[in-house]
Amino acid sequence: MLDVQKGTSFELNGKPVRVVAPPFQRLSEVLRDELGLQGTKVGCDAGDCGACTVLIDGMAVCSCLTALGQVEGQSVVTVEGMEVATKSGRRLKESFLAHGAAQCGICTPGMLVASAALLDTTPDADEAAVMDAIGGVLCRCTGYRKIIAAILAVAEAPPAMLQPMAGAAVGARVPRLDGARKVDGSDVFGADEHPADALVARAIRSPHHRAGFQFGDIGSWVAAQPGVTRVFTAADVPGRNAFGVIPPFADQPVFAVAQARFKGEAVALVVGDAEAMAGLDLDDFPVIWDERPPLDTIDASLASDAELVHEGRAGNVLTRGRVQRGDIEAALAAADFIVEGEFETGFVAHVPIEPEAGFALRTGERITVAACTQAPHMDRDDVAGILGIAPEAVRILPTAVGGGFGAKLDLSIQPFIAIAAWHLRRPVRMVYSRPESMRSTTKRHPALIRARAGANRDGKLVGLDFSGDFNSGAYASWGPTVANRVPIHASGPYYLPHYRAQTRALHTHLVPAGAFRGFGVPQSTIAVEQLYDELADKVGLDRLEFRIANALRSDQPTVTGQVLGEGVGIHACFEALRAHWRRARADAAAFNAGGSDAHRRGVGLAGMWYGCGNTSLPNPSTIRVGVKRDGRLVLHQGAVDIGQGSNTVVTQIIADALGAPLAAFDLVGADTDLTPDCGKTSASRQTFVTGKAAQLAGERLRADILRLANAGRGARIDFAPGRLTVTEGEAVRTIDLATRPVDAHDYVFCTEATFDPPTSPLDADGQGDPYAIYGFGAHMAEVEVDLALGTVKVLKITAAHDVGRAINPTLIEGQIEGGAAQGLGLALMEEYVPGRTENLHDYLIPTVGDMPPVESILIEDASPAGPFGAKGIGEQALIPTAPAILNAIFDATGVRIRRVPATPDRVRAALQDSLYRAESYPSHERRAERSS
Amino acid sequence: MFLQPRTLQEAVELFATHGGMLVAGGTDVFPALVERPPPATVIDLSRVADLKGIRFAADHTRIAGGTTWSEIIAADLPPAFDGLKAAAREVGSVQIQNRGTLAGNLCNASPAADGVPPLLALDAAVELASPSATRRLRLAEFILGNRRTALQPGEILSAVLIPREWDQARSAFLKLAGRRYLVISIVMVAATVAYGADGAVCAARIAVGSASEVACRLPALEQRLVGASSAIRLSSLVAPDDLAVLSPIDDVRASAVYRRTAVLELVGRAVDLAAGAVIDA
Repeated sequence: MLDVQKGTSFELNGKPVRVVAPPFQRLSEVLRDELGLQGTKVGCDAGDCGACTVLIDGMAVCSCLTALGQVEGQSVVTVEGMEVATKSGRRLKESFLAHGAAQCGICTPGMLVASAALLDTTPDADEAAVMDAIGGVLCRCTGYRKIIAAILAVAEAPPAMLQPMAGAAVGARVPRLDGARKVDGSDVFGADEHPADALVARAIRSPHHRAGFQFGDIGSWVAAQPGVTRVFTAADVPGRNAFGVIPPFADQPVFAVAQARFKGEAVALVVGDAEAMAGLDLDDFPVIWDERPPLDTIDASLASDAELVHEGRAGNVLTRGRVQRGDIEAALAAADFIVEGEFETGFVAHVPIEPEAGFALRTGERITVAACTQAPHMDRDDVAGILGIAPEAVRILPTAVGGGFGAKLDLSIQPFIAIAAWHLRRPVRMVYSRPESMRSTTKRHPALIRARAGANRDGKLVGLDFSGDFNSGAYASWGPTVANRVPIHASGPYYLPHYRAQTRALHTHLVPAGAFRGFGVPQSTIAVEQLYDELADKVGLDRLEFRIANALRSDQPTVTGQVLGEGVGIHACFEALRAHWRRARADAAAFNAGGSDAHRRGVGLAGMWYGCGNTSLPNPSTIRVGVKRDGRLVLHQGAVDIGQGSNTVVTQIIADALGAPLAAFDLVGADTDLTPDCGKTSASRQTFVTGKAAQLAGERLRADILRLANAGRGARIDFAPGRLTVTEGEAVRTIDLATRPVDAHDYVFCTEATFDPPTSPLDADGQGDPYAIYGFGAHMAEVEVDLALGTVKVLKITAAHDVGRAINPTLIEGQIEGGAAQGLGLALMEEYVPGRTENLHDYLIPTVGDMPPVESILIEDASPAGPFGAKGIGEQALIPTAPAILNAIFDATGVRIRRVPATPDRVRAALQDSLYRAESYPSHERRAERSS
Repeated sequence: MFLQPRTLQEAVELFATHGGMLVAGGTDVFPALVERPPPATVIDLSRVADLKGIRFAADHTRIAGGTTWSEIIAADLPPAFDGLKAAAREVGSVQIQNRGTLAGNLCNASPAADGVPPLLALDAAVELASPSATRRLRLAEFILGNRRTALQPGEILSAVLIPREWDQARSAFLKLAGRRYLVISIVMVAATVAYGADGAVCAARIAVGSASEVACRLPALEQRLVGASSAIRLSSLVAPDDLAVLSPIDDVRASAVYRRTAVLELVGRAVDLAAGAVIDA
């Protein structure tokens, strides 16, 4: 028997340690909480994500599945000790940084440790061995390919990592500026830091989709739980018991009142000391549930006798969206060819590997909320409303964000910890469990889509009639945005003279659906790009050439009547795929001719466009930059880097605008006390909007310095400790910073610049200029289908994207590969079923073994509004992948999958149906189709 | 209380005295404790020397219960164990294979336990230890239902015993799932096929997992395969009625109908693979 008092002794990163802690405690918790090694991350506590991987006696294990007492006398190596305790550790970290293998960085420690276990024993491991080694570590950002490349490259010479010269940062493959702390495990995520005396909060949540509830004797319950400080309910909300990302629709209570509207909705919060909270059985909490029949589908919510989820939202309709142009009925009536279809998608979970976490701290009449978030200023305003205090009294301190993808735009833990810390005047922290995160945070909207498209014999699209219902779940969240964005984008990047798109966001008693990379456009693209394939076949045109023939030109109006004029790179994207398309079609045909009846290969395409920034609404970003007396440049950058790379990209932009080297900058932020508002990290807007503000700020600061030096625009500025040197031809002027006056921020020079994209409101028919710029792209997927089993393997994705200007090609490729991975998940395996898939073994996201090589083709059709011509890429990257895969499945098999995900059982059922049909009605259509 | 016995005798005595939760690799124990308070008493079996190692007796191979899947993969085992090794590689991830044990996989008694079909196809038995006695049960008699076993109070699964009669038989394991790596199967099939000196099949064992509450063998098919000449593609002898013993369900991974279809296909592939036939890739 282990003596708890004596503690557990083992070797940690090469040094002996002794820990006095419960021997059955998870090793992951002991490493993080007792030994201060927060590099080991916790994503699921169930062995499903691998983020907590450490080495025990050289073997990779999940530290969340290992009891402290089990490592007595053994050797444990964490990411912090890799350099000294593994042979390959140092080289792996360098390689990850150089290859862009770390994005948000939350899976990086697990990836590094798992690969060290491989390379220390097998330095010449091949790709298959690398996949086996990291198959148990989930990554949601990178799409895994850069991780594979980084691991394989360890055997090669170390890469040279040179910083670009001043003025040459834009376009350079700069390793991410915040990358070092991501690969050494020192980046601070939501769960990684909190005041030592912080209390711990856990929520009581509805176990039913819909239920009335009554509390029992909470006071007695608290008294009977040693270490529990207090319970909070709706009665304890100091301000407004409602929040929401769109203020006019804010309808979600922090704590439900009388009725819970979805399974996982919070009704109370228990706060106490850490040890007591860890051992607490919340099933004992005194609450009586009265389960009621829920509206759990779109159809149920629309039934004429359906109860209302919210009084005042008639028919359970949250909002409607509409865009109309031309005369769609007449156009389709006259069209030579018509196709139509009904498509369905389910809830999709974002699955950031970092569950929501943070702490709140009250100081006097102010409160600080340090948490992972994508939207610090929105959080500030909502927390202020909930506490009933001024926004200025709230400081939001975003931690590093271990993946967001839209899930961390809405509040999660923030109101809970803020309310508790406000009342108790003690710091309070909270970390969601994986099931809690899955149950309670927003999801991608399920969609039911009906669409009809028409084309003429000449191959020109004449119109699209689209209607979509989107299941927003119990609360508004981003439902109105989805309902608005989809009608604008449902056309795809094509010229459509006649168009009608109508949407509804609807309420059900299910988890709220919110923002997820693409705001509904991935769903509409799944429908429309499949219809366009069918239309191309009917017209008798090659599917790529049909798209090229209809691709939007810069002088043609979009479906909202906007003529973009410049920066319409969709033609170039499709044309860049032509050689790949022909090669892939020939490869597939050769494979299929090879006589395999069990497997068929196919190739599919899809195009996309996506407006960057808010839809017809202001969304300014403000950048502040200053020069300190020591000559350092300080960049106040309020855009939250959730792994996509804004810390790096925005710095590259301002560096070139100013003419300074990247190394001259110190980064401040994001922090609502220290950084001006850069808006939310969402809508593919940070490179574009914040980047543009940075460009303007850099130009302005440059002008200020040159003015003082009395130098012309072409002069060179050198930044040295304590002085600036301005050189113009023979003339050299030195500005001695130490003798210059400073402003309130301690800056010798300081400037701010704001950029708000020029847009115009949409009229009743949705006509207007909703976005200043659009990103364009097209994906091609090559797949192999096992006909007997219905399994689909994606062999390769080729992705062409018009990014305007590739500020950092490595980071853009990272976005594309990561977006493609999420698109692959959407197409083939991901569906969140409320109440059933609340963990990462029932809810599947792609692993390294599912991701094929991705070939990225970057098109640079500069948009004049963007910084150096740049556009967004975050959402663009995901949108075309799923429809390209579905089109490839059709190409391979002749069956259309109109309900995603295309799981093996659905594909197999569709194949079976088509077989029956083929037997009942002999037809040579399929064969004819294939030979075309 | 965290008890860490060093011998099997010590372990069974502690278990008899204190009860509590047994933990070995922890790969099933800890996931079940998400959002749950920890048990009061834990007996850690990871230091029990008797629960480690593989020994070859005259008539059976004895794999100690605490043997991990990685140890199975690394072990030098006869060809009949190829299917078990293939299954071991499909258990969770490397991290899970490094900790998870055979005994844990069997005692957890999940209908989707990757280890059960290949062990059924090896005609394995389990050895159950208690302070008073040690008994043996055929694996098929040990797992009784979803998360239900024949373990009596106080018993610990100490070893898996595999008859050596068919050591030189050939075996295969196929797992069908919604993704690659770290995944619960939709269905899986293990097959062991032995050919006699006359070139005909002299024994066959086919087991299917995730298609019934307890993984089970397909006796009708096994009997039909016996006598088949090596010239015959064994999959041609598989019939839909062979699956009558299965009772697949609809769940988030697949429909029951699909599971039947997939099992039928996989059984054919597995017997061909085991027979060494050239399989259409």
